[in-house]
Amino acid sequence: MRLSTAIALGKATATLSRRLHRGGGTTMPGRVARAVEPRVLPLLSRRLRYGSVIVAGTNGKTTTARLLAHIMEALGRVPVHNRAGANLAAGIASALVEHADLFGRPSGDVGIFEVDEATVPRVVPHLAPRVMIFTNLFRDQLDRYGEIDHIAGLWRATGEALRPDGVVVANGDDPLVYDAVRGLPGRLVTFGIEDERHALPAIEHTAEARYCYRCGTPYAYAWTYFGHMGRYRCPTCGTGRPPIDLAARDIVLAGADGASFTLAPSGGGQTARITTVLPGLYNVYNVLAASAAALEMGAPIDRVAEALASFAPAFGRAERVVAGGAELRLLLSKNPAGFNEVLRTVLSGGPLPAVLIAINDNIADGRDVSWLWDVEFEMLAGRVAHVVVTGLRAEDMALRLRYAGLAEGAIEVQRDYEPALRAALARAAGRPLFVLPTYTAMLALREVLQRWGAVGRFWEH
Amino acid sequence: MGSGGEVLGALTDGPALRICHLYPDLLNLYGDRGNIMVLTQRARWRGLPVAVTSVGLGEPLDPAGADFFFIGGGEDRQQRIAADDLCRRKRGPLQDAVADGAVVLAVCGGYQLVGRYYRPAEGEDLPGVGLLDLWTEHPGPAARRLIGNLVIEVEGMDAPLIGFENHGGRTRLGPGARPLGRVRTGFGNNGEDGWEGATDRRVYGTYLHGPLLPKNPAFADRLIAEAVSRRHPGFTLAPLSDGNAARAREVMLARLGTPAGKSARARVE
Repeated sequence: MRLSTAIALGKATATLSRRLHRGGGTTMPGRVARAVEPRVLPLLSRRLRYGSVIVAGTNGKTTTARLLAHIMEALGRVPVHNRAGANLAAGIASALVEHADLFGRPSGDVGIFEVDEATVPRVVPHLAPRVMIFTNLFRDQLDRYGEIDHIAGLWRATGEALRPDGVVVANGDDPLVYDAVRGLPGRLVTFGIEDERHALPAIEHTAEARYCYRCGTPYAYAWTYFGHMGRYRCPTCGTGRPPIDLAARDIVLAGADGASFTLAPSGGGQTARITTVLPGLYNVYNVLAASAAALEMGAPIDRVAEALASFAPAFGRAERVVAGGAELRLLLSKNPAGFNEVLRTVLSGGPLPAVLIAINDNIADGRDVSWLWDVEFEMLAGRVAHVVVTGLRAEDMALRLRYAGLAEGAIEVQRDYEPALRAALARAAGRPLFVLPTYTAMLALREVLQRWGAVGRFWEH
Repeated sequence: MGSGGEVLGALTDGPALRICHLYPDLLNLYGDRGNIMVLTQRARWRGLPVAVTSVGLGEPLDPAGADFFFIGGGEDRQQRIAADDLCRRKRGPLQDAVADGAVVLAVCGGYQLVGRYYRPAEGEDLPGVGLLDLWTEHPGPAARRLIGNLVIEVEGMDAPLIGFENHGGRTRLGPGARPLGRVRTGFGNNGEDGWEGATDRRVYGTYLHGPLLPKNPAFADRLIAEAVSRRHPGFTLAPLSDGNAARAREVMLARLGTPAGKSARARVE
């Protein structure tokens, strides 16, 4: 009875907030429902026939969750998943309430939830997930989360909450992730890249794990792909990259247009050639993570490959939009490691006439923008003729570009989003315009694009 | 942007500004390397020869090998590794360098390590190298971190320093150190006494990151001038145009409801 009331009130809240244009009601319904029935998460999630999958990590949560949902749909399953960004307990409860009838019967059969890094311990016990995916761990919004070690500690502490038959899917190339998950109960399935042709010439500044988390000795890296992802080993205590259960081999990067690679399970099982419109090595990791979880959920590898080929990007993540007669590509850029990967991808097609960078410092972006100085904006100097900067911290971004070696005349500050888009589009002169926004700046830019009739409202995705 | 830099370069053996970055791959939490970028770019823009070296764990530190030593911030674990190495291998050389007029800039975690000791939320005290008479204690894991935009007024400077702070430790000064500035917005050393940072001789410690130097070019130049004048007494720096920094300062000061310093306004015009 109480559950029915909670669901009814949650649904009413969703309808109301949509009518009031309060952002589509992605978290309020869950908050209301949980106030009425605190056990709404376990009560609704346990009715999902195929159980739940959670996705945690600094970068790639939304894309990985959407990839997995897409594969599940291709298999005829009906995923229940939370909206991008609504990744606290209330956002997950909102998704469950929305996809349940008044008796608590779900309209879907598998839960796929992205979970905020720090929220993992508060959510996992309620969901008893069948699969937990850990993508990577980078510094991100340190003002909100505290320190990386703290997050790794929270993950470690979720152990008891995992079902004994649960599966932990983890990035084996990330020493921080591996160290956090290796003691967890349940079976560990690692994924990683096995293609040293794509290794970086030197370890990046954004690498977090240079020192062994067990004994403090500097890791010996045979190579890295980006940040601290790579083949590492501690020369003192021997802690190192684990054997990889699902690898990406023979990777071909097609610049901003996508990538392809061979998906290869260890032990000589059947492989599959994967083609995706998602660009860059960072997306190879996302595809790997989703594929590993899908295989654990019983998907045949050839069906996984088939589904991935038809995947369209999540909003703001390598999304393509046509507006004002030109093509825009939105690439969410919210922390140094992700930003570096985006810059490399954007520049891989040669010099560009223009780029738009939009930096906000709202709570969802992180209020501290010092991370801009950890990004290798030096890459842009001499390779992009004109950079338009906008957002609440446009001036800080302009200052950063100045020290990155861009001429004063190559940097244009446009405080407001619409003039910024117009200025950048004019400069792009028919070439695709790359738009690199932080999270709330992306929402704001999409609002402008929506006014121009270019995209739908974000909760319609 | 010419200056006396070229002349000075010709007069000296090697670079006029020698910067030593301590533990760049260990203490690098909040874009701290931006401080090094600013020091080197501002020297280069003036034609002043500059060299940056780094010193890591287990490596010797030559007190006469640099005029400017920089230490950034790190997480507790990294800080503990650095503290041990600092005290065992670098304490003496750093004290010699300071006694000989070198500049030391220590930010956040580095600031805590140049004091007497740092008592973390958990675990044993970390010894400091004692360049500044101060100590820092973390009130425990449950205590709130001091996080937010930070603006301080520094004696002898027209414009306030602007940055961001994020620390759990509370720092208190002994009689041998002066505060770097007075807090206008934010918490500062401990959120109670209204002071921020510490200084003594040419050692500067602060919780201001953001990083500190890009948006505070006058302070950056003051440190550069002090460092260069160690071996070149009477040295002065030619001014640079800092329009981008001035606008970034104005926007943040306006947002925080703090009037811009008179020099900041003058530069914009």
